Amino acid sequence: MTTTEAKPITMAAALNAALRDAIAEDPTVVVYGEDVGPLGGVFRVTDGLQAEFGENRVWDSPLAESGIVGTAVGMAMYGMRPVVEMQFDAFSYPAFEQIVSHVAKMHNRTKGRVALPMVIRIPASGGIGGVEHHSDSSEAYWTHTPGLTVVMPSNPADAYSLMREAIRSDDPVIFMEPKSRYWSKQEVALPVTTEPIGTAKVVREGTDVTLIAYGPTVATALETAEMAEAEELSIEVIDLRSLSPFDDATVGASVRKTSRAAVIHEAAQFGGFGAEVAARVTEREFYHLAAPILRITGFDIPYPSPKLEEYYLPTPERILNALATWEWELP
Amino acid sequence: MSLNVETKPTVGLPDPEPLRLIDDEGRAVRSSARQGFELPPVATLKELYRRMAIARRWDTQVTALTRQGRLATYPSALGQEACEIGTVLAMTEQDWLFPTYRDSIALMTRGIDPGELLQGFRGDWHSGWDPKKHRTSVQATPLATQALHAVGYATAAKLNGERIATVTFIGDGASSEGDTHEAFNFAGVWQAPTVFVVQNNQFAISVPLSKQTRARTLADRAIGYGIPGYYVDGNDAAAVYAVMSRAMERARRGDGPTIVECLTYRVEAHTNSDDPTRYRTADDVAIWKGKDPIERLERYLVSQDALSDADRDEITAEGERKAAATREAMSAEPVLDPMDLFAHVYVNERPSLVEQREFLKAEGNR
Ligand SMILES: Cc1ncc(C[n+]2csc(CCOP(=O)(O)OP(=O)(O)O)c2C)c(N)n1
Repeated sequence: MTTTEAKPITMAAALNAALRDAIAEDPTVVVYGEDVGPLGGVFRVTDGLQAEFGENRVWDSPLAESGIVGTAVGMAMYGMRPVVEMQFDAFSYPAFEQIVSHVAKMHNRTKGRVALPMVIRIPASGGIGGVEHHSDSSEAYWTHTPGLTVVMPSNPADAYSLMREAIRSDDPVIFMEPKSRYWSKQEVALPVTTEPIGTAKVVREGTDVTLIAYGPTVATALETAEMAEAEELSIEVIDLRSLSPFDDATVGASVRKTSRAAVIHEAAQFGGFGAEVAARVTEREFYHLAAPILRITGFDIPYPSPKLEEYYLPTPERILNALATWEWELP
Repeated sequence: MSLNVETKPTVGLPDPEPLRLIDDEGRAVRSSARQGFELPPVATLKELYRRMAIARRWDTQVTALTRQGRLATYPSALGQEACEIGTVLAMTEQDWLFPTYRDSIALMTRGIDPGELLQGFRGDWHSGWDPKKHRTSVQATPLATQALHAVGYATAAKLNGERIATVTFIGDGASSEGDTHEAFNFAGVWQAPTVFVVQNNQFAISVPLSKQTRARTLADRAIGYGIPGYYVDGNDAAAVYAVMSRAMERARRGDGPTIVECLTYRVEAHTNSDDPTRYRTADDVAIWKGKDPIERLERYLVSQDALSDADRDEITAEGERKAAATREAMSAEPVLDPMDLFAHVYVNERPSLVEQREFLKAEGNR
């Protein structure tokens, strides 16, 4: 078990520690994917794990995502707990069929006789100046699929805790890791246990409006709240952490308090996860809402090239502007 | 046990003539043409014959029940009994099978109760048996996807030091899918104890093999993965059994995967909703009916004086018993609980599904 004094660590290091502790604790945990061995993954999340645990616990697989996920299904059926890596968000698409048709359905198809305890790690979203196909936000594909659990931490402590819980879970988990937050630091003592999967968290209290964010946009929302103070706008920020299951209670309580909410995500807007959030909060809290729920998201365009991504990603300025021009008073 | 194998693969192309041990007329093939395989002992051949005949009777019964509307659909394996049964009899109880929708007779032969087995085709639930109890996975519908599960399972067993093998059936059409390629390749690299049985029944619904590949045989692909490949007469149960036994033995021993292509013919329509007159002639079907795998083995056994009237009676009786049990299982209306719809989506209970279950319950109570 990794035990450290409270000290600043990055999300990549927290994930690395979570994987290390899980492999050490449970002999059925195996880690494989592309470049996860000696290289330690292109984001170094698996750094040092092969050297420590050997090639039968951590190994480089052939380069084929359907093969990686499909074989993990078989391993989980055997009783292993595979943790597999999709190198970048957009490169999980070759595995789409395995994830949607098998990973998500096996337990249901077999009337609960076969569970698939496995974690599919997906470095997600943009903001890192990646060239095309390196910055997608694929969460809506997964959250739309019954049978999957989808989480996305925004900070190192959650990254560690959610990863440990995801590996222990008997349900398959899509674990989305916001690439732009990999190197962000937080003071954490390991091991750390934060709120469980299925729980959202109010990360900043406020009274005027709720910003609902997850993964990379939590930092954006917090920064927005900071800036809004000057304008005497009190913003509450919710970090969803768990996209599926969705924490209706925490989000509902906040919206009942503030009467206004906006969802912030990087993914394109149309048919996106924000639409689900807006719809379900409206269905449940309509009476308490003073304005329609806003979605401040990426545009409905393919993810742009690096030099144009600043125009695409929601920024504090764009969020503040949206809040300022938001018509919620009755005429 | 390690995935890190240093052995240099030494595999060649399979013989372009399908391996057979008993010819169309039911005569043993001369030793020099047996490609190093031996005819299985008579007792084994008798058991192959017996199981194939019972499977044929059962398959015919299920097709009839489907015509009567008792099942929603049924993909028959009539004519493919040598591939299916030859494979199953080469497996031990510990080995795992990863089948497709086509392979119900293999599952029946593996001991799965017909009532459980046919739940999917009747439309009651997607899959009705306990895969762990029968060491038989669900029947895959998304083509070739199950091949990767077989490789993953086999690899996990190997890492765990368990000496078992996994088998998966792949259709000739499905052999064009990416997952087939990925499964062959992963199995080769990891030296997974998996045997791939490519059942070449010459059609993917309506599309003939010539539209799937330019390769001489599908088994030819094996060399590209560093895996041994065999091209077998899939209507010769003796040959299928002999090759499968060797391949399974090899896998269990730790020497890696094998690809076995079995050339056969889909005698029935793809499923009951297919119309084969649109893409093949009655003459073609008649030619292949003339190469029937059960009749072929029967002729051989008769020539060896190995099939008594008592044997035949027992086989017929067992086939009828299975058919009757299946008629009975399919005539009882299943009691389905719509609340089950929510019960197995996740292991961990989900508040949103509890809500939706209550909604459906309330709707029913109105
Ligand atoms: C990925 C995928 N694509 C298409 C289909 C629809 N489909 C079902 S069976 C079939 C033909 C398969 O032929 P083959 O693999 O030769 O097996 P056979 O049915 O002859 O046993 C097709 C196209 C499917 N089930 N899965």
